[in-house]
Amino acid sequence: MTKKIFDPFNISDNNFEQCVKCTICTVYCPVMPVNPEFPGPKQSGPDGERLRLKDPGFFDESLKLCLNCKRCEVACPHDVKIGDIIQSARIKYSENKPKVRDMILANTDIVGTLASSLAPIVNTAVALKPVRKMMDSVLKIDHHRMFPKYSGQRFETWYRKNAKKTQGNFKKHVSYFHGCYVNYNFPQLGKDLIKIMNAAGYGVHLLNKEKCCGVALISNGLVNQATKQAKHNVKAFTESIVEKQMPVISTSSTCIFTIRDEYPHLLGVKNDEIREESELATRFLFRLIDSGELELVFKKDYKKRIAYHTPCHMEKLGWSLYSTQLIKMIPGVDFVQLDSQCCGIAGTFGFKKENYKSAQGIGQPLFNQINDTKVDFVATDCETCKWQIEMSTPSKVENPISILAEAIDVEATMKFWNK
Amino acid sequence: MKFDNVIIGGGLSGLTCGIKLAENGKKVAIVSSGQSAIHFFSGSFDLLGKVGDKEITKPLEAMQQLPKEHPYQRVGLKKTSRLAQDAQELLIRAGVKVSGQADKNHFVMTPMGNIKPTWLSLDDFTTFDNATNFPWKNAMIINFSGFLDFHTLFIQDGLKKLGVKAEIKDISMKEFEAIRQNPSEMRSSNIAKVFDQGNAIDEFTQKINRRTVDNDVVILPAVFGLFNTTIAEKVKKNIDKPVLLLPALPPSVPGIRSQILIRNRFQELGGTYFLGDKVEEGVFEGKKLLNIQTYNHGDIKLEAKEFVLASGSFYSKGMIAGPDSLYEPIFGLDIDGTKDRKKWFDENIFNDQAYMKFGLKTDANFKAQFDGQTIENLYVAGSGLGGANPLKEGSGAGISLLTSLHVAEQILKQ
Repeated sequence: MTKKIFDPFNISDNNFEQCVKCTICTVYCPVMPVNPEFPGPKQSGPDGERLRLKDPGFFDESLKLCLNCKRCEVACPHDVKIGDIIQSARIKYSENKPKVRDMILANTDIVGTLASSLAPIVNTAVALKPVRKMMDSVLKIDHHRMFPKYSGQRFETWYRKNAKKTQGNFKKHVSYFHGCYVNYNFPQLGKDLIKIMNAAGYGVHLLNKEKCCGVALISNGLVNQATKQAKHNVKAFTESIVEKQMPVISTSSTCIFTIRDEYPHLLGVKNDEIREESELATRFLFRLIDSGELELVFKKDYKKRIAYHTPCHMEKLGWSLYSTQLIKMIPGVDFVQLDSQCCGIAGTFGFKKENYKSAQGIGQPLFNQINDTKVDFVATDCETCKWQIEMSTPSKVENPISILAEAIDVEATMKFWNK
Repeated sequence: MKFDNVIIGGGLSGLTCGIKLAENGKKVAIVSSGQSAIHFFSGSFDLLGKVGDKEITKPLEAMQQLPKEHPYQRVGLKKTSRLAQDAQELLIRAGVKVSGQADKNHFVMTPMGNIKPTWLSLDDFTTFDNATNFPWKNAMIINFSGFLDFHTLFIQDGLKKLGVKAEIKDISMKEFEAIRQNPSEMRSSNIAKVFDQGNAIDEFTQKINRRTVDNDVVILPAVFGLFNTTIAEKVKKNIDKPVLLLPALPPSVPGIRSQILIRNRFQELGGTYFLGDKVEEGVFEGKKLLNIQTYNHGDIKLEAKEFVLASGSFYSKGMIAGPDSLYEPIFGLDIDGTKDRKKWFDENIFNDQAYMKFGLKTDANFKAQFDGQTIENLYVAGSGLGGANPLKEGSGAGISLLTSLHVAEQILKQ
């Protein structure tokens, strides 16, 4: 049975004419309750767009207060891309020039390259109170913020020295988009991914010079640079996916969301050829297990109580199920699902002095829930959520891939596909 | 991904069906493209309020007068009484505190100040035994300064017709200044969020008590208790006079609270709720639906033994009317309704509108059809069934609840 194809009656790409003014989005905006300066998703999105189409003078700089969490889009019953409408309007109409501070926060890979070569000095310096006070007053980066530590050895360097040689030993292969956080701050997550994928029978390869996904460039108004990086990444992904038939996986929900959806929706960079095979590692593993191609065997002595936090972009992707199902497969895990709500940091948003209070206000209900749920640690797929939760609660936060890597029995798992 | 049952549509109908199936041990997933119309809930579930021009006091009995293509008639009048009882108990198990009887309507006041019959009402709202006997004589209608979604003059007019004197007063408080900065965003849900934090209640109720010494009833918009389920009760307890809450314009605070409770119940029973996803198509083998593909899950398809389509009518895009076409957008199922646009509507908006009764074609067991052939494992529940004019009849919630339970029972019999 095949259905007839029906033509949509839209003129826009973001469905703004499908808005029926039902107000449901306004209920789920995390910003409005803590910051009344933000006009909210309905007014900033489809309502404002009608006016802006007639006269760009109706653009309001308060749209920068949108976190781009996309929770309005998840709530919208009519598939209006409210977050995209708001971000596109900022790109198209904003006359605000990014500040020096914004450029520092946005250029995660340039700053990462510099900082990781001077890691011991940078880590010590940015942890010092006087330095944080100075960054607060000069750069307007809030002094409460702790910067993630930079690693002395980048993941890419470690990979070339220690892992690259053995990856050819496997029959099946994937490429890994590690992102800035794994490269400059937390190579261990990348090592954990290789451990899991190797155990599952896959060799892991790096892309031909990946660049930062650009999410922070987009949110800080550095769109030209973001577009350039997007085009570079799409090319590198195409080489892997189309030419080498190697899917690309990632351990960061926001990186992969940006590459799949923000590239075409906000930057106009087409990614049709690569989108379907660019995904989160947990989704890749879930598919293998769901279709019977893989079985993960876990250590018998792993016993942990773990709470999962759903990052906003995981909520939008609809993929938290993959990560939580994998965690639940570990026999010794006592699993707690936290309510899906924004942690408040929204990438670089929460680092800015003017946003600190909003960010903490938004996250408070989540922090309260974490504090009330006695767990060994929190699991989540987003690195900035991790920083925010670790700064605002006593809980440690782990990526689901690191949890799997700790709990997995590598030899027993390898036996399954070696048979 | 394998489930016993997959339901398309996460509104009242889909969730009711999902809860019933999950309560009976089924592994169920619901795919919902965004939040549902429960966000516009008045606070009362109607079963049947009107047949033709006649107001109904005994809905179960009055169902006999409905045409045979009406969903209640198709479920079977012997069964509707039991399913109505089941629906009420299911809601109560979910924590939605409702009361009422299917064999006898009670009455509630509308935001227009009229009194109308209904079946089940949330305990936030005051119910009456009949349409004419309003128990108070001297009302005070209170609104929040700057809140545009509560139309006090309509209420005052309605009360006047009932011989009740009503004054109107606005209340301002420091706690609401922040949300008032943005007048178009002073919505019921934003007011509710302020009360949810717990600080505003005492000052608010004290102010009301001072201003309503001479009144015998206080009328307020129902903006209490969004995520916090105890606020409405507290407000009523702290106010000295009887309190009558009336629905405000959407988003509905009691509605969102109910939605959250019903969804939580489904998830606590082990159900999987995919929010903000869209079913793109299905794969059929012969007369069976094997799996469905969604936007978010792509090639990881949702497989099930039975599927339920509870995607609603035109408003929620369960059916779509184009300039000269009428279609069901997911599978392209058969529709009971004319393609001739001129016959869709009557120019007098208050007349019976033909399109209101359009629905998906289904067989006697509520199974959907494609090109005249019944699909063996795809059922239709809720407003997508057509055959009724829920707006005129006051039957929307009843049809959603009863047909979903009926479909769940068909599946459980398999």
